[in-house]
Amino acid sequence: MSARNLTDLTIAEARILLDSREISAAELTEAHLARIDALEPLLNCHISLMSDVARRQAALADRAIADGTAGPLTGIPASIKDVLCTVDADTTAGSRMLAGFRSPYDATVVRKLREAGAVFVGKGNTDEFAMGSSTENSAYFPTHNPWNTDCVPGGSSGGPAAAVAAGEAVFGLGSDTGGSIRQPAGFCGIVGLKPTYGRVSRFGLIAFASSLDQVGPFTRTVEDAALVLEAIAGNDRNDSTSSPMPVDDFRTALRTDLEGVRIGVAQEYAVDGMEPGVETAVTEAISQLTRLGAEIVPVSLPHTRYALATYYITAPAEASANLARFDGVRYGLRIDEPTIREMYERTRGDGFGSEVKRRIMLGTYALSSGYYDAYYVKAQKVRTLIKQDFDAAFESVDVIAAPTSPTTAFRIGDRMDDPYQMYLADVFTIPANMAGIPGISLPCGFSNNLPVGLQFLGQAFDESTMLGVAHAYERSQPWSSMHPTLNER
Amino acid sequence: MALTLADVDHVATLARLGLTTAERERMRDQLSTILEHIGELDQLDTEAIPPTASVIQMTNVWREDAVRPSLSANEVFKNAPRVSDDCFVVRTPLGGEGDEA
Repeated sequence: MSARNLTDLTIAEARILLDSREISAAELTEAHLARIDALEPLLNCHISLMSDVARRQAALADRAIADGTAGPLTGIPASIKDVLCTVDADTTAGSRMLAGFRSPYDATVVRKLREAGAVFVGKGNTDEFAMGSSTENSAYFPTHNPWNTDCVPGGSSGGPAAAVAAGEAVFGLGSDTGGSIRQPAGFCGIVGLKPTYGRVSRFGLIAFASSLDQVGPFTRTVEDAALVLEAIAGNDRNDSTSSPMPVDDFRTALRTDLEGVRIGVAQEYAVDGMEPGVETAVTEAISQLTRLGAEIVPVSLPHTRYALATYYITAPAEASANLARFDGVRYGLRIDEPTIREMYERTRGDGFGSEVKRRIMLGTYALSSGYYDAYYVKAQKVRTLIKQDFDAAFESVDVIAAPTSPTTAFRIGDRMDDPYQMYLADVFTIPANMAGIPGISLPCGFSNNLPVGLQFLGQAFDESTMLGVAHAYERSQPWSSMHPTLNER
Repeated sequence: MALTLADVDHVATLARLGLTTAERERMRDQLSTILEHIGELDQLDTEAIPPTASVIQMTNVWREDAVRPSLSANEVFKNAPRVSDDCFVVRTPLGGEGDEA
């Protein structure tokens, strides 16, 4: 098997080769490290590489395979978004504020992957503190889309998304506050899953907006997403918002036909400014769902158009509180000044980039005396309406199908001068975060030679049905087996 | 809603965020634009709608008040900019200049 082929494998395919001893975890890891060496100059998917850690983990994985104690993820290379704390690599959150920060503990999801025998190849690039839709807000460098290196990979989890698309890792972990897993998965032609709020522990995830953040996987197939979700999901005593709901065996829910399944399509997801190629691909995908036996049911989500405004009050408000901890006292950057007050202001002024400052300002304003009711409370009331829309729709359908984004990946630099245009990239992903429901994006074709994402939204704690529908669609189409052509340097 | 530079300065003070002159002006313009878009929520009558406190059904979470291992002082302080005798070191926070706000 050639080195190129080893970096095209899914988790399930790699598992068979590893367990049958056709390849070793060391070989699989070296193939990915070589691919990283060759492609990083072109793509910049990772803020820090973990080659030495990866080699040690691969050796442990080979021992576990020899001992017969290997699990589904043993020996599988993964890229971890740099907002998840790791004891053996720096965690920067894409910010100058946390340059050189070494966490004294692992995030719970990182610990779980470590215990499952996964191999960490690097810390994936991200918009600073996960605030952005293109990974251009990283304080370090932008990441390039493997399908067209002039384009963004989406964001904020653009690093791990591009890494999985380019064969630098078999799977990745991201975080999704308003679409930061699903949107880059769509832009990079891979699978990205945001679990139900509460499904996965956020302990050790650097907090952005606590009522919205969820951790989830990037993979090449829906089956792999089910595998990774099963490994990271579950209650955690270190995160009191993690749910005690039992974790399903998500793989048993995977199906190949859609007989008896009702899939909702909402007219509100057809918006002005939609790229014609995206509309065509998603319309074709919905026809394919019918051919697989699904019944397409029109549903109405009338408050969809208010989700973006609701999000841009809620998320910055929560962020302004969460980011108060970066004050130059306990960790991170400090710029010494004659008074403590000046030290705070200089440290935060120099340590945060412009998008983070914009959101801290917006959030502080929305929470400030005299504006709290008009902005924050108002947004939480509209949030109730958005959630009620979904509750009503799910009375008549099992899942909802929609585009992941109104466009394919845009050019690097194109939206950096207009924050609101950038925010519009998440218009179809934000409602799921507002309602706390799970969502998955998977490839459904191409527009202008760039991947188009199809999104399924499920009911809270029913990732199983959503994964089953996504799997049936994926298996009937060629998209998941297509890889970008990259000229290694 | 259009913000003034005084509004920007007030919010920056609350957030303890140092801004340059250029940043203040850019912030005034960009935040005003964003607030204008956000203003579309005023079209909705939400008088009778309860605000969302949590999107999932949760009950109060209790745990046993038991001692468990925690990080060592060494680990806690290893990322701190300045440490002395297992304490974080900062300038005097009270009684100095600039602590009035």
